[in-house]
Amino acid sequence: MSKVDLNIELPDERGHFGIFGGRFVSETLTAALEELTETYERLRKDPEFQAAFDSDLAHYVGRPSPLYLAERLTEHCGGAQIWLKREDLNHTGAHKVNNTIGQALLAKFMGKKKVIAETGAGQHGVATATVAARFGLECKVFMGEVDAERQKLNVYRMELLGAEVETVSSGTKTLKDAMNEAMRHWVTNIDDTYYVIGTAAGPHPYPKLVRDFQSIIGREVKRQSLEQIGRQPDALVACVGGGSNAIGLFYPYLKDTEVAMYGVEAGGRGIDTNDHAAPINCGRPGVLHGNRTYLMEDENGQIQGTHSISAGLDYPGVGPEHSWLHDIGRAKYVVATDDEALAAFHKLTKLEGIMPALESSHAVAYAMKLAATMRPDQHIVVNLSGRGDKDIHTVAALEKDK
Amino acid sequence: MNRISTTFASLKEQNRKALIPFITAGDPSLDATVPMMHALVEAGVDIIELGVPFSDPMADGPTIQLASERALAHNTSLRDVLAMVAEFRQTNNDIPVVLMGYLNPVERMGYETFAEEAKQAGVDGVLLVDLPPEEAVDVKHLFQSRDIDMINLIAPTTTDQRIKLIGEVSTGYVYYVSVKGVTGSKALDLDDVSKNLNRIRQHIELPVGVGFGISNGETAAAVASVSDGVIVGSALVNLIAANSTDREAAQKAVCELVGSMRSALDAL
Repeated sequence: MSKVDLNIELPDERGHFGIFGGRFVSETLTAALEELTETYERLRKDPEFQAAFDSDLAHYVGRPSPLYLAERLTEHCGGAQIWLKREDLNHTGAHKVNNTIGQALLAKFMGKKKVIAETGAGQHGVATATVAARFGLECKVFMGEVDAERQKLNVYRMELLGAEVETVSSGTKTLKDAMNEAMRHWVTNIDDTYYVIGTAAGPHPYPKLVRDFQSIIGREVKRQSLEQIGRQPDALVACVGGGSNAIGLFYPYLKDTEVAMYGVEAGGRGIDTNDHAAPINCGRPGVLHGNRTYLMEDENGQIQGTHSISAGLDYPGVGPEHSWLHDIGRAKYVVATDDEALAAFHKLTKLEGIMPALESSHAVAYAMKLAATMRPDQHIVVNLSGRGDKDIHTVAALEKDK
Repeated sequence: MNRISTTFASLKEQNRKALIPFITAGDPSLDATVPMMHALVEAGVDIIELGVPFSDPMADGPTIQLASERALAHNTSLRDVLAMVAEFRQTNNDIPVVLMGYLNPVERMGYETFAEEAKQAGVDGVLLVDLPPEEAVDVKHLFQSRDIDMINLIAPTTTDQRIKLIGEVSTGYVYYVSVKGVTGSKALDLDDVSKNLNRIRQHIELPVGVGFGISNGETAAAVASVSDGVIVGSALVNLIAANSTDREAAQKAVCELVGSMRSALDAL
């Protein structure tokens, strides 16, 4: 790690984070991605664009989100103090809206009238449908059949918001297939459609712009930590599917090497089984959905099906910047299993009156373990990326099975 | 000169157009592909594009997605596809074979291993849908040094500047994607194709094949009249799917369609 200069801004001009990232797409999409890159590079320095973004984050999303000391959870774990970054309190109930506001503004500035999105748990779909309503854009959301079944409530929410939900029955019928279908739709409607990618993955410039929009999380934590703790925390913990909530928390801290970072992948039924979604822990670098990154694949390079209790983490890849942070050792990637996440879901609900999304429960689960190994004068910030209302049917079904 | 340049040179001499079928390797079964390739040659094709199945074919419509799924149902791998080419080469040393597919199976095998094994098998060109020229910079020498052509796509959305770049790095031929969309799209606009081919010709001397949306002899001839050849995929894959339990019927149906396209092209 000492050999890597963290002061060099990444990604490079072609979207690379070391060997990861890039723009691996078929030719039809290239022009649209080049246009998006140019527009974004111009607008990110444009005061008018930034003012519109900041204003919506404050008055529409309700930022800043609180940094909350979970005293009873801390007491239960008996170690470091556990702070929760309350992204679950954002409008629509998750961090996803930070990014969709930013991208809807990009679409608006680019004169596009239609937006599309892929969704796993439905949170990004809801966040996209919401901002589409807010900005008067036509919205279509692609969702795997399996996910649409386990997240029915979110399907209905999207429909209420005026979006059209297209269920995808190809492949494994989950998030990766929804993304394939969104790409196919985009290629066919490239002239008038903007593709709102929901995580910090995909072809350049998506990993960069999603990271930048989500970085509001880490910037707020930096300020709030000084005010509330009196110093920066010792460790940051966030769940990683594609990894947008994690990179949003981590990115402003990359150069603060005294702050440890833990990304928590979905361990599913255990990483010694085939039923998990932990590409950094168990996969290898490959190319999917426009970028090179760690992937779950078989010995022939075919993408493998994944399993997680949480639809939002049920994805065989991960954002390329996480792959890079793993390779250089700046962040540590660990796993929490379905059972650990479920236990954390119950624990946080009972001890704090906060019901976390099953995705975020993975981060809570690891933070509980980590806290127990640390001293009471140390501090952990956990990104509570979403609220758990959407998961109560899943939890109820699992409890019934027990 | 490799088989691809020899083929185009001889077509040009005879004032004929290239007929290039695409089939997915391993669809519907591993041992159906090589006999189908020989049948295609009998029916008069000039180059064969052999699809390497992939779990996430992002640029393909339902027809070729399903062909990939059928091929992957019995685990057709990149190595299996190379073995098919080697078997085809035992009795055919003239017809060029181009492997078309997605990057990840190649990433997994390793670029140098793939390039070498492709050369040994008798592959003449590779078309990796999600490997644009910018990302191919570090690997293209592995193919070029073995005289394997790297065939690139050009789309209706490709800018003049990029057409120039693609012309500089491509060998063999370039593949013009006739429509904004996925494979198997219906609406091919001939005026639009013709206009874009003029644009391409200003920057590229290589032969230009046109694919996507060509499903009968009439469209094939119309497109061939403004290009150097046509690529036909989904229309053939549909016939293979419709006759998946009867190999002879599948070959007959495919060859009938290919034969009618051959006649239409030769009547130009």
